[in-house]
Amino acid sequence: MLILHCPNCGVDADETELAPGGEAHLTREGPGSSDEEFEQYLFLRENPRGVHFERWRHAMGCGKWFHAARCTTTMEVFGTYPAQTSEPPQEIRDRISDRRPGWRWRELS
Amino acid sequence: MSTRLATGGRLLNRRKQVGFTFNGRRLTGFEGDTLASALLAQGQALMGRSFKYHRPRGVVASGSEEPNALMNLGRGGRFEPNQRATTTELFDGLEASSQNHWPSLDFDVGEINASLSRFLPAGFYYKTFIHPRPFWKHVYEPFIRRSAGLGKAPKDRDVDRYEHFNIRTDVVVIGGGIAGLQAALTVARSGAEVLLIEQAAHWGGRAPVDGAVIDGRPADEWIAGAVAELEGMENVRLRLRTMGSGVYDHGYMLAYERVADHTLGDDRPRHRLWRIRARQIVTATGAIERPLAFAGNDVPGVMLASAVRDYVANWAVSPGDRTVIVTNNDDAYRTALALKAAGLEVPAILDARPSVSGGLVEEARKIGIRVEQGRGVAKVLGRKRVEGVAVCSQSGEGAVLEEIPCEAVAMSGGWSPVVHLWSHCGGRLRWDDSLCHFRPDADKAPTGADGQPVAVVVGAANGELHTGEILRDAAEGGATAARRLGREVEPQAASAEAEHANPMAPVWVMPQGAGHDLRAKMWLDFQNDVKVTDVQLAAREGFESVEHAKRYTTLGMATDQGKLSNINGLAVLAHTLNEDIPQVGTTTFRPPYTPISMGSIAGEARGELFQPVRRTPMHDWHEGNGATWEPVGHWRRPYAYPRPGESVHDAVQREVKTTRDSVGLLDASTLGKIVVKGPDAGRFLDMLYTNMMSTLKVGRCRYGLMCSENGFLMDDGVVARLSEDTWLCHTTTGGADRIHAHMEEWLQTEWWGWKVYTANLTEQYAQIGVVGPKARAVLEKLGGMDISADNFKFMDWADGELAGIPARVFRISFSGELSFEVAVPASRGREFWDLCLDAGREFGIAPYGTEALHIMRAEKGFIMIGDETDGTVIPQDLGLDWAISKKKDDYIGKRAQQREHMARPDRWKLVGLETLDGSTLPDGAYAVAEGTNANGQRITQGRVTSTYHSPTLGRGIAMGLVLHGPDRMGEVLDFPKVDGTVVQARIVDPVFFDKDGEKQNV
Amino acid sequence: MSEPVSALRGESYDGHIRVEEAGLRGMITVRGDLSSEAVARAVGEVSGVEVPGPNAANASDARGLCWMSPDELLLLVPHAEAGETLRRLSDALAGEHALVVDVSDARATFRLTGAPVREVLAKLTPADVSPGVFELGAFRRTRLAQVPAAIWMRDAQTAEVVCFRSVARYMFDLLATAARPGGEVGYF
Repeated sequence: MLILHCPNCGVDADETELAPGGEAHLTREGPGSSDEEFEQYLFLRENPRGVHFERWRHAMGCGKWFHAARCTTTMEVFGTYPAQTSEPPQEIRDRISDRRPGWRWRELS
Repeated sequence: MSTRLATGGRLLNRRKQVGFTFNGRRLTGFEGDTLASALLAQGQALMGRSFKYHRPRGVVASGSEEPNALMNLGRGGRFEPNQRATTTELFDGLEASSQNHWPSLDFDVGEINASLSRFLPAGFYYKTFIHPRPFWKHVYEPFIRRSAGLGKAPKDRDVDRYEHFNIRTDVVVIGGGIAGLQAALTVARSGAEVLLIEQAAHWGGRAPVDGAVIDGRPADEWIAGAVAELEGMENVRLRLRTMGSGVYDHGYMLAYERVADHTLGDDRPRHRLWRIRARQIVTATGAIERPLAFAGNDVPGVMLASAVRDYVANWAVSPGDRTVIVTNNDDAYRTALALKAAGLEVPAILDARPSVSGGLVEEARKIGIRVEQGRGVAKVLGRKRVEGVAVCSQSGEGAVLEEIPCEAVAMSGGWSPVVHLWSHCGGRLRWDDSLCHFRPDADKAPTGADGQPVAVVVGAANGELHTGEILRDAAEGGATAARRLGREVEPQAASAEAEHANPMAPVWVMPQGAGHDLRAKMWLDFQNDVKVTDVQLAAREGFESVEHAKRYTTLGMATDQGKLSNINGLAVLAHTLNEDIPQVGTTTFRPPYTPISMGSIAGEARGELFQPVRRTPMHDWHEGNGATWEPVGHWRRPYAYPRPGESVHDAVQREVKTTRDSVGLLDASTLGKIVVKGPDAGRFLDMLYTNMMSTLKVGRCRYGLMCSENGFLMDDGVVARLSEDTWLCHTTTGGADRIHAHMEEWLQTEWWGWKVYTANLTEQYAQIGVVGPKARAVLEKLGGMDISADNFKFMDWADGELAGIPARVFRISFSGELSFEVAVPASRGREFWDLCLDAGREFGIAPYGTEALHIMRAEKGFIMIGDETDGTVIPQDLGLDWAISKKKDDYIGKRAQQREHMARPDRWKLVGLETLDGSTLPDGAYAVAEGTNANGQRITQGRVTSTYHSPTLGRGIAMGLVLHGPDRMGEVLDFPKVDGTVVQARIVDPVFFDKDGEKQNV
Repeated sequence: MSEPVSALRGESYDGHIRVEEAGLRGMITVRGDLSSEAVARAVGEVSGVEVPGPNAANASDARGLCWMSPDELLLLVPHAEAGETLRRLSDALAGEHALVVDVSDARATFRLTGAPVREVLAKLTPADVSPGVFELGAFRRTRLAQVPAAIWMRDAQTAEVVCFRSVARYMFDLLATAARPGGEVGYF
């Protein structure tokens, strides 16, 4: 049972207030994209043991989406940040580097 | 025979007698007794039968680790099986009965299993009940089901109530023994908020029984002082009868409070489940004594040495006049001393160690107790109760040196820290060679959200077994927890004198060289009847991993989860495999620590509160007028309104007919109503819907389809343009919250620069459909708005007042009739509904439910989300190409619909189906084609998605998805039914009624 | 019958705290840029109170503003004034990118009174309602059992719960069950 800090309303939200939204930082592919690009966007997902970036919605709360950087094995949360971005903020990447030297996730490290 | 001693019993209130029954027999005990102590006091040593062999069993322990003394408690709505007598507080009127025997506890037919035990080894069921295959269903399964399970399942509805309680706090200390009290005191002195919980009904744990002296005072006095100090602190909460049940991620833990188990019927919640978020968790859960594996160690009267001492000291129960002690450590000597102090005999202490001296050993010798070194029990004499022990040399094979008559045997195989809560969420363990147990590895604590340690373990739970060390460790643990919260505090501990102890000796089998016959009588898991030979067999057969051996033998899989058996079992396994115990490892500790009630897990969510029921403003009217209900999401919608003497089917038929002939009334309040506003709202809706919404004119409505990003149709509804920058989107009943969330997701996470706001107004309005040829007449009678055919056309909407009530009227139709949907404020919904009924009375107006709605839409060939769609259907499958804009570059789902599989010409497509005999097709029936597939199943070529008896046409009508369907008009398909017969149906146009739309266009 | 009615018509229950449906209340959802001066001025004028910060509400008598999310406020007025307020506010925000809608009838409100009011809430919500955290004027959206709701601390012994109208019965039954005598926890 996680507890995640909602960066939108400032509440440390119990997992039962939250709705999970899967992997973060996907790039939408629309008409004109190749089958491979579209497959990547819609179906192919990371399944890391360790650092992961996820989407969450404070559904039973302020209703807003946010992102969480989390370790899938220890549940350590490296930070949460608003959803209006296409990549994690440097501050959170630094914290991950501090806690998990040598981490990689997609093209990030 | 066990009896009550004339004096003593530190937990008893001898002034208050308590009456209870056991197997129907009236007995008495004292306030402060547990069921186990009261039964022992009455000479009732036999408390149950074992699971597999139905062997007679007595109580072994005095606490939550008890494997044998499981009882049925209560009756009727308070009946509960498998309750441990050792943790059941005695109260007046308690009813208990023993389990797993027939016809009686004393004489049990199932005991024959015991004489067959050599034929029922580990894995017996797996090996035996395989062949021949057909036997499984008719012979083996019924047999296994009859023999499975211990207690009986309750039959009646639970009459008690249960609740949850959510809190966040700085520190939870689990365990109210001296370690928990000391840790709580230390951390509380730092100013942190502390919750201290204890599973028993009293504080102090076992220190008083063990005769501990703290700060120069008897333990009881120190405990009373510590509790008083804690009670006086503002930042401390204390809770008895509350067990730490589980520790989970991010400092989440569950505590199980047995509020009213001992005061049943006083109208308090029976159990309360505390859902706690703690910043630090201190586990001070003590240790559990291990049994020794010798032949006959399960005979009633053989108990843990610590339990014997508990019964004597806490409840003044003598286990029998003569108790032989058998041990591999010094602690059991305390039991000998306690028995002697109570005036009971200890014929001998059989110490497996070759040579011991000093400390407790010396004390025992000093008062004349015979101490035999290097000795063990060859076997226990007696069957239903202990009659004596045969003594042997521990290092030998079991040659009997002498027989000592006795009524009880107190055994001690050393102590195992209760590491469960530490381990639940990732705390690691290390093997302690000198104490022969797993203890927490403080460097590998479970971690919290910040990646830092979230738990501290103290006292005996941390492997400290002497009073002084326990207190010192607890104070340090408390200070550690405080420090992690950023608070400083001196780890000042109460003190106790250092104790002398001889090293314990690992003894996993007694005697060491015991042959098969003896090992086959050495029980490891009492509840599941797992013996030393079973574990050895598992190892020989290749179940070498501890997790595999556990499942093969069922060691540790009973309701006690192996609290007594796991270490002994894995030591035997390690020995058989010729490996070290830490290499073999432990099985996984999983919550709950001891079983918790289903009621506590459900909390308030039962009966009416099992799940929320959503009610429209007209709900009470529906209820008062005989509605039968259809659940749609959490809503209850009227399915039909049968009148007295009318069947539901007839009511539905009547409702359709009334609506088609005159006028019907529909509660459509549950339909989703979402406002979308902003400069980019049109652009946004063009992405959400497959068709164009930005071109809709103010004052007009348009039917729209919404797909998911993978192309499948997910919702539909009518969109109205309210103003230049505002649209109102209607969704399906089940879709309102989901579609609103879908909109917000795209706005917040993909197109966050777009200027669009949404609001879900579903519940602001009562929405009422006035439907049928007389619909306009009804609304005109109410008056206030011009809804004439010329000025208010099909797909128009208008704001105004009807009968003085603010109303927004949509001229839309899901039935093919002249139809108005009127939205009024929810607070006036019922009023408006009543006004419509009054105004329509002269036309014979009648409300109709969801089934009539479905029939009328099917007669018109309108699709229904969830009937024609199932998450694999795209709009093109349903012939809805007209609602897919060709002009738009993009919409959600467009790219997916271009995928090869989506564009294939052989996708099943929507058609109407008319049975040749006029009957109604079964819902979900498949149309078969020639041939069979690889599994021998008939090839299919279509399926029914909606099917009804149409009162309008007087025959069955259906819609379905059929291979090349639209190109096969007039063809007849075969639909096999479950009874083996076949219905034939012709492929027709899905619009069955009023193809030109004349009825709605008036 | 020609008066607007609330979902439960003021039903009440006296347990170890009192639970009562508080009747209809004028409620207007305002979505917009809460940091904009125009929005602050417009909502301030109709409510008579300042825009509250996150997880808080400001109120005087029947008027108030509750913080719902970073771009949403809930404006409270007497029920009869909701329509007029909506018009005034819509006019005042005509030039802004904002959404103003009447949600008075979409909601049900409950008033809880009695010393153990926090305990009744704690039986139903995972939100931290401890004194010192959930203080006077705190307003927070969360869940109560299985439905979304907002909880509002009005004074040391009074809390309010706002939920959707359709689940008013469920909410009332939940609160009444949690308030049943014998269920006192004695924690806070």
